[in-house]
Order: sequence, then C-alpha cells, then structure tokens
Amino acid sequence: MNKLGTQHLEQAGVRSQETSEHEVEAPEESSVPVSADELGTRHIAPPAGAMRAESVPSQPQSRDSVEGRLPDGHMLQGRYRILGVLGFGGMSAVYKAQDMRFPKVVRLCVAKEMLNTATDPHVRAMIERNFEREANILATLSHPGIVQIYDYFSENHRSYLVEEYVNGKDLEVILAETEGFLTEAQVISWVVQVSEVLSYLHGHEPRPIIFRDIKPSNIMLDNHNRVRVVDFGIARLFQSGQKGTMIGTEGYSPPEQYRGVAEPRVDIYALGATMHHLLSKQDPRLEPPFSFHERPIHKTNPTVSHELSEVISRALEYDINKRYGSAEEMQRTLLSLSSARGMGGTTAFGASSVASGDVIALWRFACEDEVRSSPAVSEDILYVGAYDHNLYAISAKDGKFLWKYAAEGGIASSPCVHEGRVFVGSSDKLLYAISADTGRIIWTCPTQDKIWSSPRAAFGHVFFGSDDRHLYAANIHSGRVVWSFETEGEVRSSPAIGDEAIYVGSEGGVVYAIDTGGQARWRFRARRGVTSSPAITEDMAYVGCQDWFVYGLDIRSGWSVWRYRTGGPIVSSPSVAEGLVFIGSTDGHLYALDADNGRLVWRYETEGQVTSSPAVGAGAVYFGSVDGSVYSLDVKTGNLRWRFQTDGPVTSSPTVVDGLVYIGSTDRYVYALPA
Amino acid sequence: MQFLYKLLGIRKAGPDAEPPTPGRAVRPQSRLKVGWATDVGIVRSHNEDTALIITAAHDGDGALPAVGLFILADGMGGHQSGEIASSLAARAVAHHITREFYLPVLVSQEPDTDQPALKEVLVDAVRAANDMVAKRVPGGGTTLTCALMLDSRAYIAHVGDSRAYVVTAEGKLDQITHDHSLVDRLVELGQLTPDEAAVHPQKNVLYRAVGQGGELEVDTYMRTIADGERLLLCSDGLWGIVNEAEMAEIVMTSSSLQAACERLVVAANKAGGRDNITTILVEPPADKGA
Repeated sequence: MNKLGTQHLEQAGVRSQETSEHEVEAPEESSVPVSADELGTRHIAPPAGAMRAESVPSQPQSRDSVEGRLPDGHMLQGRYRILGVLGFGGMSAVYKAQDMRFPKVVRLCVAKEMLNTATDPHVRAMIERNFEREANILATLSHPGIVQIYDYFSENHRSYLVEEYVNGKDLEVILAETEGFLTEAQVISWVVQVSEVLSYLHGHEPRPIIFRDIKPSNIMLDNHNRVRVVDFGIARLFQSGQKGTMIGTEGYSPPEQYRGVAEPRVDIYALGATMHHLLSKQDPRLEPPFSFHERPIHKTNPTVSHELSEVISRALEYDINKRYGSAEEMQRTLLSLSSARGMGGTTAFGASSVASGDVIALWRFACEDEVRSSPAVSEDILYVGAYDHNLYAISAKDGKFLWKYAAEGGIASSPCVHEGRVFVGSSDKLLYAISADTGRIIWTCPTQDKIWSSPRAAFGHVFFGSDDRHLYAANIHSGRVVWSFETEGEVRSSPAIGDEAIYVGSEGGVVYAIDTGGQARWRFRARRGVTSSPAITEDMAYVGCQDWFVYGLDIRSGWSVWRYRTGGPIVSSPSVAEGLVFIGSTDGHLYALDADNGRLVWRYETEGQVTSSPAVGAGAVYFGSVDGSVYSLDVKTGNLRWRFQTDGPVTSSPTVVDGLVYIGSTDRYVYALPA
Repeated sequence: MQFLYKLLGIRKAGPDAEPPTPGRAVRPQSRLKVGWATDVGIVRSHNEDTALIITAAHDGDGALPAVGLFILADGMGGHQSGEIASSLAARAVAHHITREFYLPVLVSQEPDTDQPALKEVLVDAVRAANDMVAKRVPGGGTTLTCALMLDSRAYIAHVGDSRAYVVTAEGKLDQITHDHSLVDRLVELGQLTPDEAAVHPQKNVLYRAVGQGGELEVDTYMRTIADGERLLLCSDGLWGIVNEAEMAEIVMTSSSLQAACERLVVAANKAGGRDNITTILVEPPADKGA
C-alpha cells in the first residue's frame, strides 16, 4: 500500500500534544488501532520532481484516496459553486469556487476540503470540533500578507475552509521559471515580507500561532508583487497517523519539529530553508535531511553575498537557541544588509582570503644557488642540498652554518638522515653517505645516470632511484649495492618504505611494490610518468601522476581503489593525515581528498603551480607554490592560516619539526618559519 | 572438482568442522568463510529481502586474492514490487561487478588505469541497479549494501538502512555504514536518542534508496577485517529488533558462521519477527604470513 514517494509527504514533523500552543489535543492514540504491518513498512522520501507539478505540493498525489471529488458546478452550503480543482492530495483537495452570495459579480474564492477518515464517531466529532476551533482563530486574523479566511464548515465527513482567491504564482513555480538565479535583493524583499507575517502570527494573543509549513510553494506572489502566505497547517488535524499529529514538509522542517516542538523558531528555520532553496536552487526535499550546512549556497550560486549566507546559516542552526530569537530580529538583520538596500552584494566568496597576521621568518640561510631540495632535520641540525653542488648542515635553532660538503653536481634530491649518516643523491650520478656530525664522506655509490630521487633508509639499507632506470638497495655501512631493480623509465620518485615492501614510481608510468629481496610484488600502470612519491598507510598507497590523477591503490594488490582527477599533471607527493590525502597539482591547487574514497573535501587555489609536497603538523598543512609563497592552511577547512612570500618559486617541500617549518626557495634561501 | 568442493564445503559446514590434517602441515588456504540466512519473519506474508553471494578462490602461480561478493537488499513497495526490486538490484550489482572487476582480473594480473578504480566499479554497479529498478519496477525500491572482499579487505557500497558491521575480536559491533534514514540523521544531530528513534513514527522513512531514479548518491567505505574479526551484513529486520549486544553475543558464541546466522534469525523471530530478516557473516582468510 505504501507507494514510493507518495505516502508521507504531508507528514513531516511530529507534534505531541503537550507542546501544541494554540489548539486542543489530537485524538487519543488508543482510539486508532495500528496494524503490525503498518509499523514495519518502509517509505522513501520523495523522488526528484515528485511534487513539482502540483499547485498544492504539500499534498501527496494518490488519486483514489479522496473518493468522489466534487464535480464542477457542485454547490457547497448552497453558496459556493465549484469551478474546478486546483490541487489534490491524499486527504484533501483544493477547489476554485465562486461565492454565489454575490450574484451580480464574480467573486472567486478557494475551498479547501479535508477528508475526515476517522471511523469512530467520537473521534470524528472531536476532529471536527478541533477544526472549527482552529478555523475560528484563523478567520479572525487580518494581515495584508495572509490569505483571508472567509468561512468554514463541515458537511458529509468533510470539512472546508473557504479562503480568498489569490491571483498569482507561488515561489516554487517562480523559481522553476527563473533562468539562472534569483537576485539577492529580490529574495530578501520577499523574505522580509514573510518575516513580517510571522511576527504578526507569533505575536498573536493569547497564544502565538505557529505556521509550521513555511516553504516556497506556500508563499504566493500576487499580481502586485506582494507576498501572501497561504495554507496554514490545519490539515494536520485530519491526518491519520495518530502518534502525534504530523505536518510540515521534509526538507524545510527543523529537527526539533520531529520531536514535537512547535514554537516560533520552528518557522524561522523553515524560512531559512526556503531562502537556501530560492538562492541555491537546490531543492531540500531531494537532498539528505539537515544537510544545508554541508551545501553552502555559494557552491552552486557564487553570486550570493557572504553576509546573506551568514544570515541564512544562523536561521538554519540545528540548535534552536542559536537561531534568531524572533522573526523580527531576523527581519531587522536582513534589512541591514547592503544587498537589501539595493547596493548589491558586497563581499563575494573567495575575495576575503586575507592572511591572518604576517609571518616573520625566524631565520634564513643563504645558499649559493637555488634550493629545490627539501630540508631534513635531525638532532637540531638541518641538512639541505642546493644547486650549488653543496650539502649544507645548518643549526636548526638559529640558522648558523655548521659545515658543507661539495658534490660534483647539483643536489635536488632531499637528504635523509639515518644512524648518524646523511644520504643524498646528486646529478653527478653518485649517492653520498656523509657523516652527520662532521660532514666527512663515508662512501659513495655510483649509478649510471643522474640521481633526483631522494633516498630512504630502513632495514639496514638505503633505497634510492636513478635516471639509469633502476631502484637501488645499498648497504648503509658499506654502500655496496645489495640489489637493483630495473624499471620502465627513470626513477625520480622517492621510495616509500612499508612493512614488507618498497613503493616507488617511475617516469615510465608504473608504480612498483618491491619486496625487501628486490622482487616485484605488484605493478600498477598509470598513463603518464609517476614522479610523485607514494605515501602509504596500513592499507593504501597514494600517489599522484602526470596523467593528472591522484590514485588510491590497495597496498596488497596494487588495484586502484579510487582516483581523483585534478586540473593538471601532478609531481607533488601526497601526505596523509586525519583521514585526508593532501597533494598539490600543477593546476595551482592544493587538494584535500577523503583517503577512503577520494572525494574532494576542499581545495585551495594559489597563484602558481604546486609542485611542492605538502607537510602536515599540528592541525595545519604547509606547502610551497611556484607563485613564490609558502602557505599554511587549516587541515579541516582549507582556510588560509598564513602565507609567506619569498623571492622565487618554491618547489622545495617543507619539513615541520618542533613548531617550525623549514623550507627552501629558488631565491637561494632556506627559511625557518613559525608553524 | 576440488574447487567446487571447497566452495560447497564453506557453505555447508563452515571452517570449524574440518578435522586437522595429520602429518605434513597444510598451508592455510586463501579463502573466505561465509555463513548466511534469510527468513520471512513472523508477521509478513512474503520476503522482500534478497541475499546474493559469490565467492571465488584461486591458488597456483600468481594467485589472486580470495574474492567474495556479498549483496544484501531489502525491498519496499506494494504488489510484490519490493521483492522484485531487491532481487533485480542485487543481480544487477553482481553482474556489473563481475563483468567490470572480476573477469578482467582473471586474465590480467597487472592493474592499470584501463581498469576502473574499485570504488568506481562499486558505485557504477549500484547506479546501474538504480536505473534498472527505476525503469522496470516503478513504485518499487530497495536498500542495497554490498561488500566486495579481497582477502581481508572489504570494499563496501551502501544505500538505505541495511547495515554492515565489523564484529570485533572482543565481541563488539562496530557499524560501518550510515543509515539513510530521517531518524538516523536526527540521532546524528542529537535531536533524538537512539531509543526515541527506535519507536519514532517516521523510523521507516528513507531519504535515499535504489530505484528512486536520478543520479543516485552511493556511499562507499573500505575496511580491513583483521584476524579474529568478521564482517556482518544485515537487514533492519535484524538490527531493528535484536539489540547489538545480543547480536554480538550470538556471533561470538556460535560454533560456525552459519550457525550464528541461523541463531540471529531465531532471535529476531523470538522478538516478534516484525520484518524480513537477512544476515550474512564473512571471515577473511587466515593471514597468509601465518
């Protein structure tokens, strides 16, 4: 019996009796037996567009439940002649009618019919009495923004409200007919009028009237561009779900309405939801419930101002106490916005990315040429290579020079420190092992081509790649090559060391998992070179590729679990923290992706390519950009914490140790910045 | 023949029934252990739940991991469209995943970008099911929770309020999936307690289901099922009636996965059996290193 997408549309929101504010109790629970089958039956929320065509969209569409719709020409109370159906639902129908009491003129009205389905005569009588009591209150309301109630009566198991006929369109229809977006000023002007109506209702004596069902389709715009609020939630009295009375529309109702709370701030939330819908063009009935905060308006409508978004966010607070306290307060705030005064939105999103406070380098150290290598810090000493062929050792605390060792070629490889030795590769084809204390050479290990790959040490071996298309494993004490693994293409990626294997990419476009004995465990073939160095976790290997994708690979099989396409080739290496994968792309962005499924969590745009590999520490992510800046962003939000400008593109990757960020720049300096 | 026997052996007796082999130690087989059960319950007249299970094992040169596909769907809609929807959806998902993932893997061992990422395969499979149900079963819909196991790795796609849990070695239930139900969202926001949600008049309202048409949003998760842990899939006919402590207790104290599944069904029926009940339990292969 429960048809998908129809059944419960009108029953969002539960009100329990003790919280109802202006009418008597709903029928008693015990009077209506609920079958076990009904209890266990499932419904699904409305599918896309289910309600669009209806002029009374809060009502479901099942045609057979209102048996015997009134035919045209039918007379009600000997006074109202039915002219046609405007809309219908499970328990109600809305007719256009003519009031024959005024025979000389055509006086149109709307007759809203509600079916009383209760079988128990006492219950039926109670529903009828409740209806009349409420209708009586509504009929006394008088406000230019409220549809006038002319009459009410019950006949033939049905109750009727006769209302003023509004010649116009509701906001849902207007929104659907709008190409592009409604303007901010337009929406504010409507919402201000609705707030005025709500202020009137909420100020009703002796008890406030809660509208309960604010949404675009209940807001009419008459031919004079004036707002009329229609369809008070009186229909709830006739709904059969006897566990509390239900009203409201999924998507627009606040969470507390499902607990039975009915008070003025319920309407404020619904008005916020209405604004969100009008401006974002995202129908909340088609989105997960209570997901407004996950769908900021500017994501779909970049023209909306920051200040209006904030007003809407406050109206949509899940915690009722954080919302505007009254419709009047919200109205005042709306009127104070510059866009309400016809000045247009002031601060568009994205324009407000201003660094919070300038960052001053603790020290900087001048090398003789560009620093593309990333610093390594161990026991308060910073080691970094430069294009001037030198490996420098600098005091991490104050940037004082300790020693340098000159290789035969430039050093772009980043050093690695292990058991008192510094390992670094050079374009002179050699891997060097140098004493960390004295800077004296211990051994060199020759390869057939340049070394850009950064070495990693583990299991008594140092692993590194070379342009001679091999990954090498050398003994850390002797420098003797224990094995070499032939790859497709140069190995400029730096190996990542896992429990059982070494993971590395090659310019031939293959990611390899190689066991500690030098045998391939698996290969993953991408479409372009893999310069990026894999980041590994217990289950996954993450790597960027020049084919523009970031890949999440199963660490055991190499199968790709997910991939995410950026806007350009990737040479930056990912880092993983707090369930996120951070990686830069030559499209100029730093990306934060969900490590589990590759979904974009946030991205941050810089003014140059991001080839630097991000480092994470203390809730922040750090990286350099070819625009010359070093950036610090909040891990969770991607908001800028600070930005530090150097005098050359920053391709070096930062190292974060003890509250300091160390990074090199092509302006020849190594910087120490407060994290 | 051996292969088939193994598969059947898993189903019937479960691992615990196998006697230890005397003499030379046999290397542990790389395969998944499975139990499952489905039942109409006490109150309903027909079973709208569907379970679909495919397992594969391979040994030999370049052995593939043990692969298992576990699909659970709980249909809804009148005039039998519920059971049609759940069955159709489960089969569509199994078809897509087999075709896009398992068949290619059989002939190519080197993963590459020609093969879509696993997550994409899963999401596309559920979307294919969504399109099919929307087209062939108007008015019908179904939940769908699908786990693709590769050795101890579980890749899960999920829509609706059937659930996937990890039963931890300590006997706790760790829920992997989030229900796409209105009340679950309210509990998340702290607006309802789980107890209030259990009796809420709208507890059966889903905001997302297979068959709703349009571009379906599919949740994906991945989990490693460690030694001593099990993966449990079940429909709300179980979790909505039997509390988690009791479910875990049954899993921990049963002699086999199959026995556990059957006892879970009995427990749900004892508690009223208001809905159809389906459970699937999976245990990953023993660690290959062991």
